[in-house]
Amino acid sequence: MSTTQHRVLGGKIVQPSSRRQSTSVFGNLDWFTVLIYFVLVALGWMNIYAVVYSPDNVVNIFSFDINSGKQLLWIGTGVILMIVLLVVDYKVYEHLAYPIYGGIILLLLFTLAVASPVAGSRSWLELGGGVRLQPAELAKFATALAISKFLSQVSLRQQKMRDQMILAAITFLPAIIIILQNETGSALVFGAFILAFFREGMSPLILIIGGSAAAIFILTLLVPKLYLLIGIAALMGLAMFLDYRLMRRFKTMIALFVLVVGMVFSVDYFVNDVLQPHQQNRIKALINPEADPLGYGWNVTQSKIAIGSGGFWGKGFLEGTQTKFDFVPEQSTDFIFCTIGEEHGWVGSTVLIALFLLLMMRIVYIAERQKSVFGRTYGYCVVSVIFFHFVINVGMTIGLAPVVGIPLPFFSYGGSSLWSFTILLFILLAIDANRNRELVR
Amino acid sequence: MNYLENRKYVIQAIFLVVGVVYALRLFYIQVVDSSYKQAAETNAIKTVIQYPFRGLIYDRNGELLVQNTPVYDLMIVPKEARNIDTLRLASMLDITLEDARERFKKARAYSWVKPSIFQQMLSTQDFAHIQDNLIDFPGFYINARTARGYPHQSLGHALGYIAEISPKQLEDSTYAGYRPGDYIGKAGIEMAYEEYLMGKRGVKYKMVNVRGIDKGSFKDGAYDTLSIAGQNMVSTIDLDLQAYGERLMNGAKGSIVAIEPKTGEILAYISAPFYDPNLFTGKDYGKNYMQLLKDPDKTMFNRPIMADQNPPGSIFKLTQALIALEDGVIDPNTRYACNKSLVNCHPHPSPLDLRGAVQHSCNPWFFQAYKALINQGKSKNTFTDTSIGLKDWREHVLTFGFGKKLGIDIPGEKSGIIASTELYDRVYGKDRWKYSTIYSLSIGQGELGVTPLQMANFMAIVANKGYYVTPHLIRSIGEDGKPLAENYERHYTSVKPHHFDPIIEGMAEVVRAGTGRKASLGKVGITVCGKTGTAQNPQGPDHAVFVAFAPMEDPKIAIAVYVEHGKWGGQSAAPIAGLMIEQYLTDTVTIKEQEKWVLSREYLNIRSK
Repeated sequence: MSTTQHRVLGGKIVQPSSRRQSTSVFGNLDWFTVLIYFVLVALGWMNIYAVVYSPDNVVNIFSFDINSGKQLLWIGTGVILMIVLLVVDYKVYEHLAYPIYGGIILLLLFTLAVASPVAGSRSWLELGGGVRLQPAELAKFATALAISKFLSQVSLRQQKMRDQMILAAITFLPAIIIILQNETGSALVFGAFILAFFREGMSPLILIIGGSAAAIFILTLLVPKLYLLIGIAALMGLAMFLDYRLMRRFKTMIALFVLVVGMVFSVDYFVNDVLQPHQQNRIKALINPEADPLGYGWNVTQSKIAIGSGGFWGKGFLEGTQTKFDFVPEQSTDFIFCTIGEEHGWVGSTVLIALFLLLMMRIVYIAERQKSVFGRTYGYCVVSVIFFHFVINVGMTIGLAPVVGIPLPFFSYGGSSLWSFTILLFILLAIDANRNRELVR
Repeated sequence: MNYLENRKYVIQAIFLVVGVVYALRLFYIQVVDSSYKQAAETNAIKTVIQYPFRGLIYDRNGELLVQNTPVYDLMIVPKEARNIDTLRLASMLDITLEDARERFKKARAYSWVKPSIFQQMLSTQDFAHIQDNLIDFPGFYINARTARGYPHQSLGHALGYIAEISPKQLEDSTYAGYRPGDYIGKAGIEMAYEEYLMGKRGVKYKMVNVRGIDKGSFKDGAYDTLSIAGQNMVSTIDLDLQAYGERLMNGAKGSIVAIEPKTGEILAYISAPFYDPNLFTGKDYGKNYMQLLKDPDKTMFNRPIMADQNPPGSIFKLTQALIALEDGVIDPNTRYACNKSLVNCHPHPSPLDLRGAVQHSCNPWFFQAYKALINQGKSKNTFTDTSIGLKDWREHVLTFGFGKKLGIDIPGEKSGIIASTELYDRVYGKDRWKYSTIYSLSIGQGELGVTPLQMANFMAIVANKGYYVTPHLIRSIGEDGKPLAENYERHYTSVKPHHFDPIIEGMAEVVRAGTGRKASLGKVGITVCGKTGTAQNPQGPDHAVFVAFAPMEDPKIAIAVYVEHGKWGGQSAAPIAGLMIEQYLTDTVTIKEQEKWVLSREYLNIRSK
């Protein structure tokens, strides 16, 4: 990696590695990322307060009676957690990756066995004293560690079927248990690791096929099947006409088309018979929330109204009406973005999006400067998870993604979520702070 | 390795694309598309119309005639009412499940999209309970309004009623500011004094949460306006007298109008058959209204001011005599023989002077007196002379308030008919008619139409000896009870006061010893002056008329009683007038035999002679 890129991406804060003399973790810590982390956490905290704020009954932002006070407690314990993560010998993460992973899998199974259902979900573990833990959140960093460890030993490019199967198993085992816990939203996050695989050599075809499949799925729900198929056939024909090599693979193309036809016709079956009713509704809400604005379209409609009413500059801090008066459900957790949109307008929303982009770009940059495959893969795993959360969480509030109950990283109310992302990110920062001690493999 | 490292650009590009797409999408819904802002307002800011309390109406003694009762109606919009837990709804309203289903059916039958009342007049506790649970019942909402209440079930024709503003009125710019669903006075005092009674509407902007629960005022009420209650009014009606009159007229058809002569204040206003004004306040307003409208007795016909097609009969002889005196063609001692060849009469002493003629209602006497009035020899041509005479006569008559609207303060008044040269010219041709054509006017028949209100007003004129104050139903607007100046203007007739004396004396004789004996209050020392009349009715039994005022020395009440098919004024209308006068002047009724007679309705069975 060249120093030129350092300047472009890192700005002033990044020093050329040759000048990095300190052996202290804190001396080598990427303070820029830490800064973004705290900005996001602080903004989230203020917005959590804005949600519960009521002009009739003003409660101090620090009060433990309300969510903002409780969140402050999570933030405080989060700081302790990050210090612990940074102080611990960074080697631990690589060496203990599999035991941590295994432990978490057992914890997930244990939770599934003992948890009493909360709102249909069996993912919460009662720790006593009213404190609850959602092990599914912890599974994200554990799986990321396991994937990184595995990929640091094998190479995806070698196209060994066995290795790929193992990798898939590592990735999807926790996801399956989480689905069994009835937390499909959290399980979907594990699909995001595909970005990390892509970076580590997975065939781009999988990315393209995955994207196309998603596109065909959505289009099937929007466009009459016949027109859709004619359109796809026309596109394939055009592709073959433009590229004679495809012409020679005529049979493959036909097979592909048959596959598409099969998929188009199985979408109905999938939506109506495989998905649970609430999942069906989320799909329908994405396609056309106005069809039932008081029913399945409620969340999306209300969230768009809240954000849309913010205008360019927003209504001002604590001045929102839509989020405050409970029109938007789950407004301090999954729909926290609505508060930003309503009270801080397009400017505030865009600043938040920019902050996330900055964070994700920075993580990519950090990942790329790792000397070990383990560190780099882990970095990409971290950014994949954050990106997935960001895309789905913000997307669902503005009607561009289906409603999936996952939080906005660092921002949403909730201890499990905040801790999980803190662990995820600060393990990376711990590894990064020690990257100069690592030998290139 | 290098080519894999380049994949970071692909990943970063994906991040950037998503970021840009989201920012653009946000720009669209936050800045470009303004519909979300409106939706947010309708979401969280509720415009609550503050309906002012409609003004109350009291009678002249402070008795409440019209009041307001707050009512909460549970409304339903069938289109939006989906997935309703009918069982829970029924138990909440304390009705049976079948009943609830029936109401759904009814609402749907009425309109799929328009709101209709599911349950009207919820109790206050029910209202609070239902309001809290409304979120579970989409398509239902509470409509708060005040209904008019009439504690005495009387005076319907004068008070009028309020009802929802009609689509036609909404288009009319006179009613600017009214909104669909608003209530407006539709008849009577409610309509005439609408602008005072309605008050001023206020608007409140409230913030509500998703369950519709109040979260305080919007911008601390900066845009709110307060409603101003309508003004209370004091009516001229004496409720006791009104109620008594209604009792006397119950089952009959006709009118009673009683006026305080000096002030023009209407003391009683009865149009029989009458109706309970409460019929027009409930849900069945439309049904009740149509029923009353179609009823063969024409209950909705506001007889005191609208029945203007009937000739006044003999009571008009008084008018004729007054004008003849004023014109100097007769004096109080003028005597005419009862010449039955001129016009039919009944047995009585003859010849009579003016007082006697009034007492015995001698038809030939008035034939001759009226002839003297009409044919004064101002032209040698009989036809022209009659025409001139009629024209002059008519001018006199109009000053008595006949043939024109008196201007009572409720809508719908008719003007009546007074024969005119134009009318006869049109019917018979110019110079083709003379006194022999029009002589029936002399005894109050022919081309004459007088409303009961005009008759009562005429009595007020006689009592006042020459003037009247426009009869009215509202004495004052507002709490302080300051009378409305415009209602107390005096209108003088063309007849000088001293001419009234012989007429009044004759009228006293009518009651003492003539056709109006059944109105006599001699027993309690009250001298009643009256005159009977019979309005010829080609369709059936004649209508009976009696007009009177009392006491003779210092008149406090002038009254006209009109009984359809009552045949003889002396038999039906006179006792009613006597009873009304006694009730008003003494607050008691001693002439019980008359009351019994009137209530027995026997007078309707007297055979016509």
